[in-house]
Amino acid sequence: MKISTFFYILRQGFSNIRRNILFSLASLGTIISCLFLFGIIYAVIVNFESGMKELENTITISVFFDEELPDESIQLIGEQIRVLDYVNTMDYISPEEAWDKFCEQNYDDPQAAKEAYGDNNPLRNSASYSITLKDVSKQAEFVAYASDLKGVRKVKSSEVTADGITTLSSLVGYASIGIVVILMLVSIFLISNTITIGITVRKEEIGIMKLIGATNFFVRAPFIIEGIIIGAIGSCIPLFLLHTMYDKILSYVAGRFKVVTSMFAFVSSEELFKTMIPVGLILGIGVGLFGSIVTTRKHLKV
Amino acid sequence: MIELENVTMTYPGGMTALKDVNINIEKGEFVFIVGSSGSGKTTLFKLLLKELNPTSGKIRVAGYDYSTIKKNAIPKVRRRIGVVFQNFRLLKDRTIYENVAFAQRVIQTPARFIRRRVPAMLTLVGLAEKYKSYPKELSGGEQQRVAMARALVNNPDIILADEPTGNLDPKNSIDIMNLLDDINKRGTTVVVVTHNKEIVNDMKKRVITLKKGVIISDEKQGGYIDED
Repeated sequence: MKISTFFYILRQGFSNIRRNILFSLASLGTIISCLFLFGIIYAVIVNFESGMKELENTITISVFFDEELPDESIQLIGEQIRVLDYVNTMDYISPEEAWDKFCEQNYDDPQAAKEAYGDNNPLRNSASYSITLKDVSKQAEFVAYASDLKGVRKVKSSEVTADGITTLSSLVGYASIGIVVILMLVSIFLISNTITIGITVRKEEIGIMKLIGATNFFVRAPFIIEGIIIGAIGSCIPLFLLHTMYDKILSYVAGRFKVVTSMFAFVSSEELFKTMIPVGLILGIGVGLFGSIVTTRKHLKV
Repeated sequence: MIELENVTMTYPGGMTALKDVNINIEKGEFVFIVGSSGSGKTTLFKLLLKELNPTSGKIRVAGYDYSTIKKNAIPKVRRRIGVVFQNFRLLKDRTIYENVAFAQRVIQTPARFIRRRVPAMLTLVGLAEKYKSYPKELSGGEQQRVAMARALVNNPDIILADEPTGNLDPKNSIDIMNLLDDINKRGTTVVVVTHNKEIVNDMKKRVITLKKGVIISDEKQGGYIDED
C-alpha cells in the first residue's frame, strides 16, 4: 500500500467519525463504559485473588505425631510431605513452641502459667508440622495423604473455610467473565450499528467508488479504521481514568484507613496496570476491529 | 472492445429485461443504445459495469470475460470504463477538484500524478477556473462536465454514459455530446444510452435500438426509431 493511500484511508476514517459524530460518540460511550466496568471488575478480581492468596497462606494444617515418636521418624514424615509440589510452607512446631503459643493465647499472664507447670509441659506430645498449601482446594487431598503416613496421629485442618474460599473465588470469577462478555457483545453490536449508519450515509459515495474501480479493501478500510479508532480511544480513556482513580484510592485508603492496609495488602498500581493496559487495549481495539470487519463484510461487496 | 453473445437477463421476479442480445462494439466506436422505458437499456448498462450478472450468455469487455472473471479483477475492468450518469452523481460535500481527484484516489494514484492530471481534465471540460466550487454552485451542464472529467481522469478505454443529457437543456445537451464526440475522436470507445431523439438524429452515429429486451435495429449511421 502506498503511503499516500494509507494517509488517505486514515483521513477518511477520521472523517467518517466526524460526519457520523453522534453515533460515533454513542459507540465510544459504550466502549468506555464497558472497559471502565471491565477495569473495575478486573481490579476487584486481582485484589480479591491477591487477598485470597494471602488468606490461603494463613490457613494452616497441623500434622501431629504418635506419642514418643523418635526424631528420625518425624523427619521422615517431613520429607514425605515436602515432596508434594502443592505444599507451600512447612514449619516444625516443637512441644515447647506449642506450649508457649498456647500460654500466650489462653492465659492473662503466660509467664506465670509457664512457671506453674515448670518442666511438666502438658503439650509434650503435641509437636507438629504446621503446613500451608499453594492451592487451598488441595486440602482434602493433603489430609488424606498425611493421615495415611506412618507415625501420624492426627491431621487438623479447616475444611469449611477452604471450601468456602474456593467456591467464592470461582463464583466471582465466573460472574465477572459473564458480565464482561455481555458488555463486549453490546459494544460490538453498537459499533456495528454505527458503521452501518456510516455506510448508509455514504451510500452514494461508496456506489461511485465501486463503479470507478475501487477494490473491496479500499472501500472497507476507512470503516475498519473508524472501528479501530473508536476502539482505541474507547480503551485509552477508561484506562487513564482507572489508573488515576486507583492511585488516588490507594493513597486515600493508606492515609485514612491504616487498619485496612495493615489487614489487606492492595495490589500495587504498576502490578495491576502492567496487565490491565494491554488487555484493555486489546479488548477495545479488538471490539472495534471485529465489529467493523463483520459489518463491512456484510454490507460492502463489490 | 465490448462483446455480448446471446445475453439474456431475467430478474428473480421472472421479468425478462434482455433476450438473446448480441452486440459487438469495436475499439474507437461511438454507439448510441436507444429505446423507450422498459426496453432493457439500463439493464444493459448495469451488465456492462458488472453490477448484474446475465442469466445466460457471455459478456466480454476490454479483454475481460465476465463469466470467468475473478472477484478481485472486477475493479480492474471497471478502471478501464469511465461512467457518466444522468443525475451526475457528484459528491456534494466536495469541491469540483476533489470530485475529479476522488476517482484517482480510489484507484490509489500517487498524489503527484493527481495534482497534474486533475487540472488538465478540468481544462479539457472547460471548468479550470471553477475548481474550488462545489457542485451546487454549478449549472446542470457544468455538473455533467465535471462528471465527464471524473470519468476521463483515469484515461479509460471506454466511456459509458447513461442518459448524459437527461437533465440538461438543449444547448447544454449539445455541448456534452460534442465533448463526448471529441473524446471519441481521441480514440476512446463511447457508448451512450439515451432516448434523446434530436441528439441521436443529429450525430449520425451507430445506433442500436432495443425494444422489450430485443435488438430491433443496429445501423452504422442510424437515427432514432420512433416505436410509436
